[in-house]
Amino acid sequence: MNIGVAVDDVHQRALPSANESGPAPKRVVVAYGFWIFLLSDIVMFSALFAAYAVLVRATAGGPAGAALFNQGSAAIETACLLASSYTCGLMSLAANERRRANIYLFAFVTFVLGAAFLGLEIREFAAMIDRGATPQRSAFLSAFFTLVGCHGLHVAAGLVWLAVMMAQVAIKGIRGTVERRLLCFALFWHALDIIWVWLFTVVYLMGVRS
Amino acid sequence: MTDTRFDRAPGDRPILTGLEEEASSGLLVYTIGLALAIILTITSFWVANTSLLWGPGIPLGLAVLAVAQMGVHLVFFLHITTGPDNTNNVLALAFGVLIVILVVAGSLWIMTNLNDNMMPPGELMSLPMRP
Repeated sequence: MNIGVAVDDVHQRALPSANESGPAPKRVVVAYGFWIFLLSDIVMFSALFAAYAVLVRATAGGPAGAALFNQGSAAIETACLLASSYTCGLMSLAANERRRANIYLFAFVTFVLGAAFLGLEIREFAAMIDRGATPQRSAFLSAFFTLVGCHGLHVAAGLVWLAVMMAQVAIKGIRGTVERRLLCFALFWHALDIIWVWLFTVVYLMGVRS
Repeated sequence: MTDTRFDRAPGDRPILTGLEEEASSGLLVYTIGLALAIILTITSFWVANTSLLWGPGIPLGLAVLAVAQMGVHLVFFLHITTGPDNTNNVLALAFGVLIVILVVAGSLWIMTNLNDNMMPPGELMSLPMRP
């Protein structure tokens, strides 16, 4: 008799999930769809990485990576992006707890760190172009600017998205749709960090080495 | 009591359990992830600059460190787990990794082959021209 009570209790406490019949929660479905988009984005980046790896020696007599890249600024950029990924995670936690002040705080820190990353990258590009290392100079530099610039564009788009999300939180409040959009933004931001891990490894660390 | 918590990816939104407890464990997950990522990043930069290690092995070591850091990001930040809710995500990820490896390794393989079989420009010029 007590068993029956216990079984009822289990059903009450069990979470909606894939192993029970019925549709998955909307949050899971939305995250899955966005995850597929992110993977397609990563596949696009893999093509750019392949182009870069093939063309890395095609400097056409121009400057090679070892002469151009500055590991110090790459390290600071990495630190900025990693820290912003962390604060973005804290923002998702704040969204789960529906603490609006914390959402604004962590979103602001994420935005500032992302903007610092972008500023450093633009400064680095400008310095390279000043030295005559423009995308037109060699196939290597075309591939470099395409690959790193594409990641920078993603970060810029992420910053715009974050600003829009904060406006939505302010105007619409933390309701279901806004919450799921925040979740997608967090996935996007973390995925950008994964791409940056490969970028600083393949472009900056291996490039300075060889 | 049956433990039903495996249905939820760590760091995902709590549905029934207490909010306070969840918040601190979510914070812990992100903080562990950050610490591991920092350690791996510093190791990468150290490996790239040290002269203690065998030179030709360093690119491979850097790639391994990058794979490890990617794993840390996937587990601790993107919350990819082995939970039932995550089966689809894991399968999609596996497919994505397959495509990425095909594109990158395939391109490098083909282009290396092409470069090896390409005649050096000097030799091309000295070929006898036949009318």
